[in-house]
Amino acid sequence: MKGQLKSRIGTQKLIILATLAALFTFFSMMRPNFASYLNLMTIALSTCVNGILALGATFVITSGGIDLSLGTTMTFCSVMSGVSFVSWGFPIWLAIVFGFAVGAVCGGISGFAITKMKLPPFIATMAMQMMTKGLSLVVSGIKPVYFTGSENYKKIAMGNFLGIEGFYNAFILFIIIIVLAHLTYSKTLLGRYTTAIGSNQEAARLSGIKTDKWKILIYAVSGIFSAAAGLIMSSRLGSAQPQLGAGYELEAIAAAVIGGTSMSGGEGTIIGTVIGAFIISVLTNGLRTMAVSTEWQTVVTGFVLALAVYFDKLRRERRERA
Amino acid sequence: MTDNLIRMIGISKEFPGVKALNKASFELDAGEVHALVGENGAGKSTLMKVLTGVYTKDEGEIFYKGRPVGIHGIRHSQSLGIVMIHQELNLMNHLSVAQNIFIGREEHGRIPLFLNDQAINKKAAEILGRLNMDIDPTVRVGLLTVAKQQMIEIAKALSYNSEIIIMDEPTASLTDTEISDLFRVIRILRDEGKGIIYISHRLEELKQISSRITVMRDGETVRTLVTAEASTDTIIRLMVGRELFIQKEHSALPQDAPVLFEARGIRCGRLVRDVSFQVRKGEILGFAGLVGAGRTEAARAVYGADRMSKGEVLVGGITVQVESPADAVRHGIAYLSEDRKQYGLLLGLDVETNTSIASMKDYLRGKLFINFQKARQNAEKKTKELDIRTPSVRQLVRNLSGGNQQKVVLAKWLTRNCDILIFDEPTRGIDVGAKNEIYRLLRDLAAAGKAIILISSELPEIIRMCDRVIVMCEGRVTGEVTGDEINQQRIMQYATAREENGLEAGA
Repeated sequence: MKGQLKSRIGTQKLIILATLAALFTFFSMMRPNFASYLNLMTIALSTCVNGILALGATFVITSGGIDLSLGTTMTFCSVMSGVSFVSWGFPIWLAIVFGFAVGAVCGGISGFAITKMKLPPFIATMAMQMMTKGLSLVVSGIKPVYFTGSENYKKIAMGNFLGIEGFYNAFILFIIIIVLAHLTYSKTLLGRYTTAIGSNQEAARLSGIKTDKWKILIYAVSGIFSAAAGLIMSSRLGSAQPQLGAGYELEAIAAAVIGGTSMSGGEGTIIGTVIGAFIISVLTNGLRTMAVSTEWQTVVTGFVLALAVYFDKLRRERRERA
Repeated sequence: MTDNLIRMIGISKEFPGVKALNKASFELDAGEVHALVGENGAGKSTLMKVLTGVYTKDEGEIFYKGRPVGIHGIRHSQSLGIVMIHQELNLMNHLSVAQNIFIGREEHGRIPLFLNDQAINKKAAEILGRLNMDIDPTVRVGLLTVAKQQMIEIAKALSYNSEIIIMDEPTASLTDTEISDLFRVIRILRDEGKGIIYISHRLEELKQISSRITVMRDGETVRTLVTAEASTDTIIRLMVGRELFIQKEHSALPQDAPVLFEARGIRCGRLVRDVSFQVRKGEILGFAGLVGAGRTEAARAVYGADRMSKGEVLVGGITVQVESPADAVRHGIAYLSEDRKQYGLLLGLDVETNTSIASMKDYLRGKLFINFQKARQNAEKKTKELDIRTPSVRQLVRNLSGGNQQKVVLAKWLTRNCDILIFDEPTRGIDVGAKNEIYRLLRDLAAAGKAIILISSELPEIIRMCDRVIVMCEGRVTGEVTGDEINQQRIMQYATAREENGLEAGA
């Protein structure tokens, strides 16, 4: 039985890993440049931002909720960080920390609205999405906030790690964040309670867990992931772009769901989500190298999402019957 | 007026492991109110579900107006004119009275696709008028009182030209004036020649409204009495049956055992109106009563699962604030829900997680990380102690049997070191062997000095296990029995004792 449990979790990861491999092979055969070192690095770089957002989504969705403010909170964090650096004269390290604090507060407010004001998560985080989107524009005056004066800021994401050409620091940050997320998700109290609340919130509450407090924390964590994504994004561009961000949350949720996170809560893995994020990037990038238009890329991604959730549902039903 | 509307003869129905109905019979005349009584699990609902086609019978025959019929499904029984009004009303609060009555049978106006609400309003007004009910057909159902909503259900039944109306505990949530209104309407229906089956445990009420009473026990119809000739004592005796000999467990409760837990004047919602009780160290206190007496609700209130509106909770003689389950657990109170799947377990997670989930703070390494090794050792220890049969502590709880799931919930609370354990129907849905194990565990826990509250609808279980029994009826404690007084007759008397002036709103 023990082996069965292990193999079951394994099966799911194996399936998505195989999907990723299949996509990869397909695009490499169709377009030889697809597998070039440079293109692989491009894929990896584009996965960083979405992947980190998807990690936040994994926590929230596992707890039985949803966060639609991931993308715009990301932007808001980097705008606030930039403004504090450029206009308020914060040292760069403090500006970065400030960005994270903004993320945590935004998430915390969503969590508060959900638990104490009893708003549905969909509405609470949609409201947060609109507010952060608007505030980003207001604070920045609808102009990009350039991190001028800190030459090293761009290197946070775009510097070459150990001087390896094309191997950006962003990857190392991404890996560190994945490891942290994995540890938090599977080894800490927060992760355990996230799963417990998503599995059966009422049972968790009756077990004496302060579910409200933990849910607020879970949304705050999601905000922190947004801030981390914002840091990489703005470092890559050398500026915080106030008009970016909307729509990123959906891609992040899609990555988490393709990676096996259950929309009804209680189930998911960090590794699965990372693979899910790569599937989306490979798909988008591959279609682009095949000169498929952006519009059609979106159509295909939507189709893949529906297909992934459908197969996951079949798998779950089979398990429930067994 | 004595035409047979319904005759059910020799009806049997078996579910895996239980014979729910055993050659039960029942008959209903036109123009009659026929009461159906029995303890929890006597087979009343099953019999009615056979009549309305929710269940198909294994054996027996049903005659409708003298002709044998097979009843296939609710739609079929409805078309025959049999309607059941459940305790939980099935109305759509956002629609109007008339829209509710004619749901699924809407009328169209002259313009195609557009609904003609005026037509159904008129029809609804007719029916309501027939019942002498002053209700506006255009008002939204959600704005009406429960009593009026019930009238809407009755009106809906009439709109289908129903001949037979089954009412399940219709007065459970009504005030005295509302009850007399309901009885007035029932009498109108009776005089129109409808047959009414009236399920209730309020024996005084049955005397007012019914002409005959059929008593059920253990899936059999014991006897049908003419109401005018039946005394309350006779009815109770028939419900309870021959006093079965139940071996009482030896109680090891010392005379001077200290009071560990006390509740004073608990009020919470409509179902807990004034509940006080004490439990001593090493004592098993039973909570008996019929379904809907408010026992579970009282337990949830003292546990902080629902916020009590009034009352005091004392642990070890000291008043404590219990505003959430987290507070209760901190004071050593544990609640094992009757619905363990919904409220007790994380089904999709494993035994190890479920045992440690209420005590995670004791299973940390440092402040942040879970000490899996310690959690696993504890889970393995508890699995052994409670004899939880699982291939490993990594097994998902979903895959365990009911008895073993119950033990996992218990393991969770023993891990938390709770001293006051509230068991709500701990043996529901558990096979006989596992039941005995749970009983043994309860005894062991009491002997180890825990204070145990046992809520159970199975009287034999209460009689066998408890040192003392509190009996509830309609949100109040109506009696307390100890020692030799713990017997079925006595408990049933208290359980059906509806207090005079018991309902606030009636005054």
